[in-house]
Amino acid sequence: MSEPGSPVVVRALSKTFGKTRALDNVSFEVRPGELFGLVGPDGGGKTTLFRILATLMLPDEGSATVLGRDVVKELWEIRARVGYMPGRFSLYPDLTVEENLTFFASVFGTTREAGYELIAPIYRQIEPFKDRKAGALSGGMKQKLALSCALVHRPEILLLDEPTTGVDAVSRREFWDLLGALQTSGLTVVVSTPYMDEALRCQRVALVQKGRLLAIDAPGEVGGRFPGDLYAVRGTPRHALIGVLREFPHAVSVQPFGDTLHYSDARTGLGVAELTAELATWTSARGIHDFDMQPIEPGIEDTFMALMGGVAE
Amino acid sequence: MKLANRVAALRAFVVKETRHILRDRQTLIILLLMPLAQVVLFGFALRTDVNDIRLAIVDAAPDEESLALRARFSGSGRFTTVATLRNPDQLETRFRRGEADVAVVIAPGLASDLAAGVPARVQIITDASNPNTGTTMQAYASTVVAAWQGDLRGARAGVRIKPDIRMQFNPTLESVNLFVPGLIALVLTMVSALMTAISLSREMERGTLEVLLVSPLRPWQIILGKVLPYLFLAFANVLTALLAAWVVFRVPFRGSLVLLLAASTLYTLVGLGIGVLIAARTSSQRTAMIGTMLGTMLPSTLLSGMIFPVASLPAPLQLLSNIVPARWFIVVVRGIMLKGAGVTHLTTELLVLTGMMLFLLVVATRSFRERLA
Repeated sequence: MSEPGSPVVVRALSKTFGKTRALDNVSFEVRPGELFGLVGPDGGGKTTLFRILATLMLPDEGSATVLGRDVVKELWEIRARVGYMPGRFSLYPDLTVEENLTFFASVFGTTREAGYELIAPIYRQIEPFKDRKAGALSGGMKQKLALSCALVHRPEILLLDEPTTGVDAVSRREFWDLLGALQTSGLTVVVSTPYMDEALRCQRVALVQKGRLLAIDAPGEVGGRFPGDLYAVRGTPRHALIGVLREFPHAVSVQPFGDTLHYSDARTGLGVAELTAELATWTSARGIHDFDMQPIEPGIEDTFMALMGGVAE
Repeated sequence: MKLANRVAALRAFVVKETRHILRDRQTLIILLLMPLAQVVLFGFALRTDVNDIRLAIVDAAPDEESLALRARFSGSGRFTTVATLRNPDQLETRFRRGEADVAVVIAPGLASDLAAGVPARVQIITDASNPNTGTTMQAYASTVVAAWQGDLRGARAGVRIKPDIRMQFNPTLESVNLFVPGLIALVLTMVSALMTAISLSREMERGTLEVLLVSPLRPWQIILGKVLPYLFLAFANVLTALLAAWVVFRVPFRGSLVLLLAASTLYTLVGLGIGVLIAARTSSQRTAMIGTMLGTMLPSTLLSGMIFPVASLPAPLQLLSNIVPARWFIVVVRGIMLKGAGVTHLTTELLVLTGMMLFLLVVATRSFRERLA
């Protein structure tokens, strides 16, 4: 990193489209060499944030710097130094793999050869198809090509807006391996994702919902922000169990997670045995059998759901 | 970015854009064949030439000269004499009943007038209920009279003749000669405005424009990179149209081809400016296409003088036609093709087009912002 200090500094950023508040007083910093994740549902404001950081949009209020440069005043200094991958794959489907790469290299003032070293680990995987039209590539390969194109001019920071949306699970994992490798080599990466499993691979994540930043922490620590205790509940039939638990007067949240339900209770200071007995009685009276309940550590997803619920209210 | 890099970036952009054009085979074939198809179709279908004009002749006192003139009309091939009258009084009823299109009234004593050197008095009356065909029929009749006068002048020195009304530059009054310049304007509008608008809005839809904007490319580089390949396509179209016009209709080309191509470049740049403007203000390819159709194709066809003479438009539309680039360009092309006019004869039109081009390119570059909306 040539820049001292934080590669991304966002202060009290707000942006409104008509009546929609796309970003509402958002502040955060990204540390040098960090893999920073923006996690949240579609329409949460992630894309707007990326566009402001990529100097494509002006904020209404607040300020942001990328690599120490102001996104409003110093856009050309920023543009030469960032690698940006917008939400949709931004390739020319009628150009071949190699032609796409050559074009983006030239446009960013370099050549494919000069940038080859950095992109080699990624590009080598798609090089066998270099004469194929980009439109004929699979989702995973398209995304690797798009990443190669964003990297070919050796940017100092990568901004990736939902790079894995619409890509199969194996390719997603491979893609995140590549991001991990890039981050290890010292590149700062800011990436957004709607998938919780991907969020876990970031060093820090920011939860974004309805234009607001709900929490910023290491993915492992985010779980600690869960308000109250959490239990994994099982019972048969499972589909009926959700409704029965939600009717329970003290239930705060009941969310399906794999083959269990995650349950949290409004009351605090209640013993596990006490609550288990209470719920067992409640459910068996309503036709649920094989009831089982265990206290668990809340994960990032639980926290996210809980925090999102708070915003929704 | 260094200058060398900028040039390389622009070159890469032009190469990329050319590939888009060449690989979209169907569109390319349509674009290349369009001028050919249009010249042939418009040339045959839209001509305002009128044949079988029904002629009423009023010859109060026939003599050898009036008979000679009548023979001219019947020999021209375009006129069918439906009535030969002694008295002009009956003409009005004939016209009202729609039995005659044109009447030629020959004053008595034509031969003696000519012999005495007194101006010949021949009146041409035309049914102008359809102004376009009316003008054409009037012109045909005038040419017949003019040709007759011309021969007289050769045969007898000292004959005094009425003002020469021969149609300059288009003696046979072939309407196709007037259409071809209009078609060139239409095709160029299509290639420049329509294709740029489509290709720019395609980049917006694909999201590639977002990456281009984030790149160090300046807006003018993006626009120039888009424009250059289409300029060559436009040249190809002009040449095809000229060739088709000459091969099929023998439309003459009297002026300088270089000047015509230079003027076409100017006009194409105007169109490209409009295309960029429209694309910058629309969000999808489809809207951009409809917008360009309405915003350029319609005025270029209807308000340019291509089909309807500007002079025959209502006053407000005449005023409006001044801001239609095609209106000026058509004058230039007609001038070069049919009159062999040079730059000095077309100064006003070329200056107006240059002004339009500068204005549009500046506005287009401005509206094509450095950022997303």
